Amino acid sequence: MSFLLPCPNCGPRPVDEFTCTGEVTVRPKGSPTLRELTDYLYFKRNVAGVQREWWCHRRGCEAWFTAERDTRTNEVLSVEVSAEQ
Amino acid sequence: MRLPPQPGERLDRGREVGLTFHGASVRGFEGDTIASALFGEGQRIFSRSFKYHRPRGLLCCQGTCPNCMLTVDGTPNVRACVTPVTEGMRVEAQNVRGSLDHDLLAVTDKIGGPFTPVGFYYRTMIRPRRFWPLYEKFLRSVAGLGSVDKHRGREQRYDVEHRHAEVLVIGAGSAGRQAARRHAAEGRQVVVVETDPARVDAGEGFEVVNGTALGVFEGGLVPVDSGALLLRYRAGHIVVAAGAVEQPLIFPGNDLVGVMLPEAVRRLVGRWSLKPGERAVVIAADEGALDAVPLLERAGTQVAEVVDLRETRVRQIAAKGRAGRLAAVELDGRKVPCDLLVMSGGRQPAYALLAHAGAKVEYEHERGIFLASEIPSGVEVVGAAAGEGISAGIPAATYNGAAGKGKCFVCICEDVTDKDMKRAIGEGFDSIELAKRYTTVTMGPCQGKLCHVPSIRLYARENETDEATIGTTTARPPWQPVELGLLAGRPHEPAQRTSIHHRHKELGAKMMWTGTWRRPHSYGDPAGEAKNVHETLGVIDVSTLGKLLVTGRDAAEFLERLYPNRFGDMKPGRIRYGVLNSDAGRIMDDGTIARLSEDDFYVTTTSTGAGAVVEWFEWWNAIWRLEVEIVNVTGALAAVNVAGPNARELMTRLTDLDVSNEGFTYLDAKHAQVAGVPALLLRIGFVGEVGYEIHLPSPYGEHLWDAILERGADLGAKPFGLEPQRILRLEKMHILIGQDTDSESNVLEASMPWIAKLDKDDFVGKWSLEHVLERGFREQLVGFETESGVVPLEGGQIVVDGRPGGRVTSARWSDHLGRAIGMAWVPPNLAEEDAELTLKVNGSFEKARVRLRPFFDPDGEKLRS
Repeated sequence: MSFLLPCPNCGPRPVDEFTCTGEVTVRPKGSPTLRELTDYLYFKRNVAGVQREWWCHRRGCEAWFTAERDTRTNEVLSVEVSAEQ
Repeated sequence: MRLPPQPGERLDRGREVGLTFHGASVRGFEGDTIASALFGEGQRIFSRSFKYHRPRGLLCCQGTCPNCMLTVDGTPNVRACVTPVTEGMRVEAQNVRGSLDHDLLAVTDKIGGPFTPVGFYYRTMIRPRRFWPLYEKFLRSVAGLGSVDKHRGREQRYDVEHRHAEVLVIGAGSAGRQAARRHAAEGRQVVVVETDPARVDAGEGFEVVNGTALGVFEGGLVPVDSGALLLRYRAGHIVVAAGAVEQPLIFPGNDLVGVMLPEAVRRLVGRWSLKPGERAVVIAADEGALDAVPLLERAGTQVAEVVDLRETRVRQIAAKGRAGRLAAVELDGRKVPCDLLVMSGGRQPAYALLAHAGAKVEYEHERGIFLASEIPSGVEVVGAAAGEGISAGIPAATYNGAAGKGKCFVCICEDVTDKDMKRAIGEGFDSIELAKRYTTVTMGPCQGKLCHVPSIRLYARENETDEATIGTTTARPPWQPVELGLLAGRPHEPAQRTSIHHRHKELGAKMMWTGTWRRPHSYGDPAGEAKNVHETLGVIDVSTLGKLLVTGRDAAEFLERLYPNRFGDMKPGRIRYGVLNSDAGRIMDDGTIARLSEDDFYVTTTSTGAGAVVEWFEWWNAIWRLEVEIVNVTGALAAVNVAGPNARELMTRLTDLDVSNEGFTYLDAKHAQVAGVPALLLRIGFVGEVGYEIHLPSPYGEHLWDAILERGADLGAKPFGLEPQRILRLEKMHILIGQDTDSESNVLEASMPWIAKLDKDDFVGKWSLEHVLERGFREQLVGFETESGVVPLEGGQIVVDGRPGGRVTSARWSDHLGRAIGMAWVPPNLAEEDAELTLKVNGSFEKARVRLRPFFDPDGEKLRS
């Protein structure tokens, strides 16, 4: 991994300035069943393709944002600061 | 012994430069490399080969082959042929026992054949097993090339520089320059990277940088080795103009000293005015070697015979040597005495960098070369690397099935012979990728530049197929050998010091690491320091605690969602202990949360957890978008904890605030002037005695520290370090995150069920904790004391029915209690007061009793008094 990631605040920066916490998941509402809970906690879609994921510009502006990245090519299609669930 | 000045020579004959070679003085000129200076003084053997310890001399003279690798000023594997001489260099041979001329390990060449065939390390020296230590000692002493001087320390500093180029051209040959001019003319910022310093100049509208491109990585990243500096170029467009590499011919004796590639002749004569040999034979499969003939003649070398393999068919070529040096060449049995053999097996485009970038590599039958195809976008290839100007050679000449006496090397780096390759085929390694791994062909310092194509040709011939079918192995960075130090960069050991750090040093503190923080382990007497806290007054620097301000209209709501505790009902001026959990219910961090006002909270974290907690908070708020600001004030504030029976008396001397138990009760938080400085006072007690935590701006840290020790001198105020604090907190059974908990622990099993308010609608980790309750406890964190007073090792086993059933997480001797105490994870059925535990301590078993309540002041009466 050595691609450039466009931080919404700082522009394209080397990917090693960022931390990634993986794909955007949806936290279940109300009281999830054990199955729903484990799905949320442990099962990721892990797509070979475009995936929305959480990134933090840890060694930069420290902002969290979501990015749409093609996991096959590391092409970043878009980044977004505001996230909705 | 130099020739008269040659046209275009690179020497400054007016300036002599000297080096020592095994202690003997060697003189050369400015412009010489180590190898040319040594060659000028008559040195012909430069190294001993990797496995057979055969003498090796200059072969490529351009930094490709391993033959001239020497140890220079303690640095092993320096390629002498491309390293300029500097005054006073200490140069030594490597991989020899004895001397270059008489290497004891050369015995492997004489008798080693049957004992060290390809892959011998997979089958010999394995049995009998008890001899392995001997084998290992021997193997380690002979394996590898050169040795690292472990005591040399960090004389050499390496750094990394990030650079950007719109267009990066790799190679400053004519094609590279032409491409650079073309791009520069279009107004782009162009950088040209060139390995050979002789070709580095001011450029014409572009910059020329001396260095070696090590590879092409994702996102146009090209790391360039430029000595002690790694230039990480980020290029918008990459032009590969890496040229082509002259290939050797494969015949018996092709590694003898005196066998050279044409470029070696060009450089020896053209650059350094050296006579490469007295009597030469030239064998050419392309025009490369023929070009060397006029140079040889100019240098006064007698050219005994020129064989152009394109016109003359020679079935058997064999080089014959004496003591490792070339003496004659046999052409179909006809002996031609000579001391120099210039050979060329055609040129192979240097496609490796293109392959790194993702290009395919295909074989072109017409010219017998491998060429990169399907060049990815943003990458361009020009010149010889693209196959331009490479004429049709006769690839078959490279390897003609050469039987005959003498070793015939396919890979001179790893000493892989044709026999080894054939044996690998015989053993079923029919794929070139497998053969590479089995025989280690192409895995040496040249990275396949000289052996990759020959090995494929041999494979094709022996498998009765063609090169296209055999295919290539994967080209991987680095394209050139690189010092590990350059990749490692400058040694960084980030350290954080509190603003009171120097006071600790003055007091003779023994410092230790906690994460990146430097903290006093103790001031020399941990037990005495703990005693002082119990008896009079202790003071500890807790500035390392993570400190966050969480403010805003939704601050309470925000914390309510993050922590299992309740905050909505908390009154301003009060403090709560909180444990952060992940949604999987695992403990992440702990600390105190003080509500300063309706919308302002002051959150402390563990010393090492501040960064992660901030990131965690920010992440959740990126999702929730609550009206809350999170400010990390860890470094901005110093914090000191004073604890002990005299703590309150001290505080009355430092502040006007009413610090009576009624005015400032346990778990109160108040702003006040302390020692004349605005501070935040927290009445909490990690160590069990009455305590106050004073937080104030870092610049006043020393001032506060001094004030406490001065004004508290008659109260017995003495500093205590981390170690006594650990004894004291253990007496209170206060957990240490990461010590008593791990990434699997949850608050319920860690015996803090009161933290988790499961009746709250939601908080991070709630559902998982509910699940823990449902499934029942698997283990539980409890206190224990050993019966014999032995202190078990932290991490030690708890034995249940003869099996490991739990583990000790903390253990200390407490002088105050006169007992050995600790904490441990045990099976739930043993988590009962007085339950008997069996601990394994130093191989024997010790009895211990479970304690569920704090050892010291179990009801917290002292804390609250």
